[in-house]
Amino acid sequence: MTATPRRFGFLRRGGADADSWHAVQLARHQDRPYTLDYLSRICDDFMELHGDRAEADDPAIVAGIGSYRGQSVAFVGHQKGRDLKERTHRNFGMPRPEGYRKAMRVFQLAARLNFPVVTLIDTPGAYPGVGAEQRGQSGAIARSQLLLMGLRVPVVACVIGEGSSGGALAIGVADRVLMQQHSIYTVISAEGCAAILWKDAGEAKRAAGALRPTAEACLELGVVDAIVPEPSGGAHRDHGKAAELLSDAIHAELDVLQAIPPPERRRLRRQKFERMGAWEE
Amino acid sequence: MAENISVDITRVSDGEPTPAEPAPRSRNTCPECGSHYREDEMVANLRVCARCGHHFPVTARERIVQLTDEGSWSEIARNLRSSDPLGFVDSKPYPERVEAAEQATGLRDAVLVGEASIGGQRVVLAVMDFTFLGGSMGSVVGEKFLRATDLAVAERVPMVSVAASGGARMQEGVLALMQMAKTVAAVDTLREARQPYISVLAHPTTGGVAASFAALGDVIIAEPGALLSFSGPRVVKQTTREDVPDDFGLAESNYRHGHIDMIVPRPELRDQLARAIALLSGGSPYRIPSLAGEIDPVGAVGRALADARRRIGGIFRAGDNGIPS
Repeated sequence: MTATPRRFGFLRRGGADADSWHAVQLARHQDRPYTLDYLSRICDDFMELHGDRAEADDPAIVAGIGSYRGQSVAFVGHQKGRDLKERTHRNFGMPRPEGYRKAMRVFQLAARLNFPVVTLIDTPGAYPGVGAEQRGQSGAIARSQLLLMGLRVPVVACVIGEGSSGGALAIGVADRVLMQQHSIYTVISAEGCAAILWKDAGEAKRAAGALRPTAEACLELGVVDAIVPEPSGGAHRDHGKAAELLSDAIHAELDVLQAIPPPERRRLRRQKFERMGAWEE
Repeated sequence: MAENISVDITRVSDGEPTPAEPAPRSRNTCPECGSHYREDEMVANLRVCARCGHHFPVTARERIVQLTDEGSWSEIARNLRSSDPLGFVDSKPYPERVEAAEQATGLRDAVLVGEASIGGQRVVLAVMDFTFLGGSMGSVVGEKFLRATDLAVAERVPMVSVAASGGARMQEGVLALMQMAKTVAAVDTLREARQPYISVLAHPTTGGVAASFAALGDVIIAEPGALLSFSGPRVVKQTTREDVPDDFGLAESNYRHGHIDMIVPRPELRDQLARAIALLSGGSPYRIPSLAGEIDPVGAVGRALADARRRIGGIFRAGDNGIPS
């Protein structure tokens, strides 16, 4: 294993606060397409499956089988709501453990029936509630990652909005990880980071600048493999066009991945995550 | 509103005490019952309060002394050091924070990894240290954990980790988040190689560490009273306005809800670990020198401690384990 420290010089240039904050705003734009907006456009048919087969169904995660360009694909994505009623129903896109367990059930189904898996990431984070903790939030997030890591079928993940913390990564372990041009991927929300490091959530803009959650930065850091273009001005301007661009990107990745033998794919997937990080020795 | 409910990995990743837990008068004063101990008593008692059973925090070095056979520890990957991929600056630059933590702890990062034996059985051991930037997981923790599991696979020995962490290290941004997936990949390799993995959870194990490798032990052991949760109680209270129960996220609550296999008081930890290692390795059982049977996991702390105190000194000889103090 090489231990050469990587240098990310470009990340140190000035003016990043405004860029990063703009990206945060766009990623959370209320008219931005959500998982179901995309699935209704890129699938010829999509059957949503419900429930974790243990105790509940979590509306913050959508999972099911779609007919996508002539083949069946398992889709799993976070789901936010557009009006207050749906936002509340979807718990603002913050999953509980049963959501991750539903996701895992569908990942396993895909592996058994030999369907590729596509995940769409868009969450402010896993839900921080008493019940969610009691039902095993940490374990669910960890096991979902582990299951994806060892899955025998191809997995493509794409961040389509907010990719925030472990709640996002739980469905983000994939052979190829994509980010839409105006999405963000971060270890913690800008507000959360500001509250801890600056002791003031109002410093979110500065925190966003420091965290560098943009697609460009994530690509440079080796965290994502490619950036999916959006319609001019952002995905919220033209849902149809955004879906077309996303669908093309997913198709191109699946095409390449499906040619790789499963054991090799698993080895490469693991290796991809094992190489992430920046250290000196 | 949604923007303010996104605080997952927020527990003390900058290594400062939380307002809810004021620092005790002295680090050797029990925050539960006020008993005070000399440093040599603390070491001899494994930093467990002799009066009430409160478990004080343990540094990585002292934990290794407590758990491993004398002279058996051999550290690997000791020169890995955090770089500053984002050029991260909050109230001070990240490299200055790392340097201050190095000065304060004598460590290079928040985990020590190496080979050791426990009850005469070879293992690879990863031990986290909460005093180094709140035990936060950045690139160095992820890489060291990976090297540890690689060694366990190469040597065909079981893997043991002791977690104590506030979560991901914010100052390394999304790369810190990815250390969750990296350590999960490491566990996947262990599993493929059919090497057993035992995860010990100490106070606190929260956020990104709680939701990655630490949750994936074949056997999960927790210390009594440890906070083990994804979100901390303060975040839950602030964001959901829910009533947070007194035992929220504690080891005892996690045990009741089926998330951990057992709660083991610190004086028993080494023996129970040795026992689990022997059983998972499929060889002959480990004979616990003086422990009669199973520990009733909840509410037995006092009884177990009383028993253990009689034995301390016979089993544990701190200070001479090949580790510079």
